[in-house]
Amino acid sequence: MDLLAWVRGPAFDAALAIFIVGVIWRLIELLMLGRGVSLAEPRGPEFPAGLRTIVLRSWPSAAKLKTGATTLVLGYGFHIGFFVGLLLFVPHIELVHATFGLRWPGLPTPLVDAATVVGIVALLAALAHRLSHPVIRFLSTSQDYLVWVATLLPLVTGYLAFHRIVNPYPLALSIHILCVELLMVIFPFTKLMHAFTLFIARWYNGAIAGRRGVQS
Amino acid sequence: MAQSKTLGERLQSHGVSRRGFLKFCAATASLMALPPSMIPAIAAALEKARRPSVIWLSFQECTGCTESLTRSHTPTIEGLIFDHISLDYHHTLQAAAGDAAEAARKAAMQENEGQYLVVVDGSIPLGNPGFSTIAGVSNVDMLKETVAGAKAVIAVGTCASFGGIPHAYPNPTGAVSVSDLVKDKPVINVSGCPPVPVVITGVLSQLLTFGTLPELDHYGRPLAFFGQSIHDRCYRRPFYDKGLFAETFDDEGARKGWCLYRLGCKGPMTYNACATAKWNEGTSWPVESGHGCLGCSEPDFWDAGSFYKSLSVPTGDVARNAGYAVAAGVALGAAAGALNRAKRAGAIKRHEKVNVDDLGDDQG
Amino acid sequence: MSSWDGIDIRVESAGSAPDSWGNAVPILHEVLHALRRLAESGESTLIDVKSLPFGPGDEEQLLAALGEGEVRAKLDTLGESRIWESRYAGVWLVEHLNVDGGRVAFHIEITEVPQILCSQADDISAAVRNLETDLSDRS
Repeated sequence: MDLLAWVRGPAFDAALAIFIVGVIWRLIELLMLGRGVSLAEPRGPEFPAGLRTIVLRSWPSAAKLKTGATTLVLGYGFHIGFFVGLLLFVPHIELVHATFGLRWPGLPTPLVDAATVVGIVALLAALAHRLSHPVIRFLSTSQDYLVWVATLLPLVTGYLAFHRIVNPYPLALSIHILCVELLMVIFPFTKLMHAFTLFIARWYNGAIAGRRGVQS
Repeated sequence: MAQSKTLGERLQSHGVSRRGFLKFCAATASLMALPPSMIPAIAAALEKARRPSVIWLSFQECTGCTESLTRSHTPTIEGLIFDHISLDYHHTLQAAAGDAAEAARKAAMQENEGQYLVVVDGSIPLGNPGFSTIAGVSNVDMLKETVAGAKAVIAVGTCASFGGIPHAYPNPTGAVSVSDLVKDKPVINVSGCPPVPVVITGVLSQLLTFGTLPELDHYGRPLAFFGQSIHDRCYRRPFYDKGLFAETFDDEGARKGWCLYRLGCKGPMTYNACATAKWNEGTSWPVESGHGCLGCSEPDFWDAGSFYKSLSVPTGDVARNAGYAVAAGVALGAAAGALNRAKRAGAIKRHEKVNVDDLGDDQG
Repeated sequence: MSSWDGIDIRVESAGSAPDSWGNAVPILHEVLHALRRLAESGESTLIDVKSLPFGPGDEEQLLAALGEGEVRAKLDTLGESRIWESRYAGVWLVEHLNVDGGRVAFHIEITEVPQILCSQADDISAAVRNLETDLSDRS
């Protein structure tokens, strides 16, 4: 019970501070450095091309299916399962409501449960894929494995807590929240930043292409 | 004082038939939350049960636990149980006071050495013994003295089990629980603020009937009553699973009886019998009356954040902390960005070249 | 953040709560399974109604569904007890009350006849002695 009070109190405050300061600091540094100035005559507008790229890159292309079907399917499976579990489960919605005042309806818990399982399975399959594919394995670093563990833990511990597989419940919930705090703390220092930088990267790619007058 | 008649003999002398005795056993089984199939075992045990002496010590408490217990009387059945125990000392309920009462307590302890039960409600202050005394004796001294010859100790209420409200921050009296002080005797914690009345009598019945300690959880609470969480036995659970929640008190969802998670119900982390045994002899319980569970049978529930904040919500002021963090991030980021730009401008001016070693190992 | 402001309270006119919480039907299914066992192997079952997490109205719905059958009995020991057979043969309801009319136990017994209705061996032995005494007093 004391552990639960601690993880919901000072531990969360610390993790939140590190997360927010880290993410915003990095993003601002990134944006302030910016791109080099292009001295060529622009052949088209940057702005709409940038916006289009942000949206359209979320849709898989037929080409990607041929070259990297496994990555595509597992990637979508994990992200969809993860976000459904994170954003459409009412206790999590309450957390956002307490912070930002936003609220939206949630899904029935059996559906969230199924989505979590999809996310966990996809993560496990992704690790298997990483280990069995010689090129990806060659390119993998310790950070990749660390991030994988940190991402898997909240899903698994949340599932265990919800289903009362680990007892007593206050301990199981504390472990879950602790794993989420771990994820928050390493977020700004690892490739997890892609959650924010992907928008910047897509924008830049689209804007550059648009300026050149080519399809992005 | 305690007599050596068995309960079976006592009932017979009261003119109760065997059929009546069976009814008594059925009621006792229900009381102890045991399956009806155990009634024959209870009958066999109760026939031979002898009358134990019970000493009740009240320390830093609000008397709510005693109130809860005395409201639980469904006379005759539970009354018989309490007729059968010899409540030799209870300074709220007994007629005697002062020296006469203390003399009665000491006599009971001596006569039943090694066999009597000690029931404690209220926490024990260690900060200054003068915070709570009875007949000039501090709580901690009286506890130590009384427990020495006891068979077992029952800590009734969250105060005695875990420290309760006196133990809440900043704990000005240095309050501790019974199990913090008693290490050499079995301690049963019957927590709750107050405990469900039938839980108190059920535990006493169990001790009376079988003479053995019930199975306890990791907090020392009887599993029969504290083995399930409120969430897992709540009749509103189907609404939680369907995603139907009351948003405010007395809104449409609340009147339809939807789940109270969003209103701060601590049911998922609370283990007690309220959802099945209910209160006021089965009338209702907090959730049924429309208010979320406070978690009153759990340790330090007073310090666990607002009663109206959901379990998944952190206890600190998240919005404010996030605001400070954003401001700090912007400031630090802007400063770092300015430094980077200066560095770049300087490098351009000096016509510095970039080679592959400068690109480094950065993966973030 | 002021804690009092966080509690929203709105006063509205009386609304509707459901008549029951749907807990009666699963119990009826349990009774059906027990009744099947009784029919096939003679095995009796006892369900402690007080231990079930009923919401308001559930018990009324369950009792209405079970109804009343041909047999009604009243026990007078340590307070009243009411025993009656439901509309389904073999499904009995046993309600024990104390002297003040408060309920101390409530069972559904799926059996040929609840054991508490039968005369107990000890009571029969005592009755033998009593009748012998009464007869010898007469003669």
